[in-house]
Amino acid sequence: MSTTSAKTGPVSETEPAGTGSGRPARRLPNRDSRYASWWWAVPAVALVIAIHYAAIAAGSIYAFTDYKGLGSFKFVGLDNFAKIFSGGASMKALINTLIIAFVFLIATNGIGLAFALALNRTLRSRHFLRVILFAPVVLSPLAVSYIWKFIFQQKGPLNEFLASIGLESWQQTWLGDPQVVLISILLVMVWQNVGLTMVIYLAGLANVPEDLEEAAALDGAGVWKRFTSVTLPILRPTIVVASTLILVQGLRVFDQVQALTGGGPYGASETLATQVYKETFVNGRYGYGAALSLVMTVLILVFALLQMGLLRGKKDD
Amino acid sequence: MFRYSKGTFVREVAMLLVALIMMLPFYILFNTAFKNTEEALSSSALALPTNPTLEGFSASLATTGSRSLIVGALNSLIITVGSVVLLIIIGSLAAFVIIRRPGKISKTLLALFLLAIILPAQLGLIPVYIGLRSLGLVGTHIGMIIMYTGLLMPLSVFLYTGFVRTLPRDYEEAAQIDGASPFATFRKIVFPLLGPATGTVAILTSLIIWNDFFTSLVFLSGSDAVTLPVVVYSFVGELVSKWNVIFAAVILSMIPFLVFYLFAQKKFIQGFAGGIKS
Repeated sequence: MSTTSAKTGPVSETEPAGTGSGRPARRLPNRDSRYASWWWAVPAVALVIAIHYAAIAAGSIYAFTDYKGLGSFKFVGLDNFAKIFSGGASMKALINTLIIAFVFLIATNGIGLAFALALNRTLRSRHFLRVILFAPVVLSPLAVSYIWKFIFQQKGPLNEFLASIGLESWQQTWLGDPQVVLISILLVMVWQNVGLTMVIYLAGLANVPEDLEEAAALDGAGVWKRFTSVTLPILRPTIVVASTLILVQGLRVFDQVQALTGGGPYGASETLATQVYKETFVNGRYGYGAALSLVMTVLILVFALLQMGLLRGKKDD
Repeated sequence: MFRYSKGTFVREVAMLLVALIMMLPFYILFNTAFKNTEEALSSSALALPTNPTLEGFSASLATTGSRSLIVGALNSLIITVGSVVLLIIIGSLAAFVIIRRPGKISKTLLALFLLAIILPAQLGLIPVYIGLRSLGLVGTHIGMIIMYTGLLMPLSVFLYTGFVRTLPRDYEEAAQIDGASPFATFRKIVFPLLGPATGTVAILTSLIIWNDFFTSLVFLSGSDAVTLPVVVYSFVGELVSKWNVIFAAVILSMIPFLVFYLFAQKKFIQGFAGGIKS
């Protein structure tokens, strides 16, 4: 495709206007067409329209049907959504997803920022620490979850460790207790992703001019005052990026849950994504699964836009 | 003023301790993989194996068919490389024309790509699945490559446009004067200059594709093209408490990117920090 598209560029441009080809001469040739042809963008645009826009549009339509994945389907209005919000497993999954996403957002950004501040500038081992702390980010969430599944066992390393420091009362059935299971899953997610937020915040902190901080220090500003009045305002766009990224990840969480608990015990750790997977691809309820997906999509869009608006807006203070 | 002081030293020690604790799961992983099944269950996770053994590794490599880690790794490799190559070629061409021919069309196209980055693809997965199924491409390498290329194209275009914007036109103009066609100019002059962006695109997208579990589980379960995460998932599902075997499989599945990361950590970290940020 690229060889044919390559020709369309020069044809109009390299020939002197009005000669040969019978094309109308262009009086004011767009000089930029010498560099590139619009044909070059066609494969990318076609793919994005097909896999993103058309697919999402079609998915939104399925959400209002009883489609089973095969054969015909009929529109059922808001039935699927009524079922989701009526309080069953899906509603539980929705609430779990919101809890996970919110705690994940706060913890991962808070700890990541704290790590970044600790590592910034003066530490001698900062490069080494950065490499070490970022390492979990490059691993598959699935593989990481299996390591933690072992750690969380009843007689596993975590409970063993708690006993050894005299905290027997803190021991839990980490993955078997409905009260605790979300915390355990969050622990895995935060552990794997603090390195990511840390690195993003370190890049943001590099934009804070050292002399500005020094000037603030000379004016008698303490560490906290310097952080809130010098560092934080400059960091604001970075916070938007990091928190949006983490929030979206939290709202879509699947791998960790599937590997650690499969949604159990008794649905206590179901999330929207695990429900979408089960309803659609295990139970064959495509219409219902699409409705669940649509709920997740709307949540992600609303939160992402809200967050951008919120943090951008504060800039004017 | 930011000199190494007593406070810095305390901070340094504290962070090293934190890193040590954060790394414990890795220690447990490698430690347990070299124990035998019985010892993996009974001994302390921190205690070194009394008789280090490769039992777990040989057991996890002995699997065949859709449980075979080697077949899974091969499938992952084909799908990842195929998608990344397409993402680089198609993405760089699109980004280049969008930046080099500014105007209404360019603005519209850029918005199309940027919006697709925020738009979660999950909802589109069901129709894509149905579409690929009707083309007979579910459970095939080609189907996965098309899907990943489409899914990650916005990221690729976004990263490339950011880079092309900073690229001076001098080289292109010189090539034009020498009579090179636009495509030849792109291939011989521009594309090599895009190297750093290509590196970032390759690292970010290959990592996402290699580690992807959800879509490959949906599209590939039960097929011959199962990728590594799906193999590990179904493999582990059958093993109860054989942690040395499970961990051997986990290690084998993460080794490629762990090694890749250790050799190119600077590029990885820059890619994530800069790529996502800009």
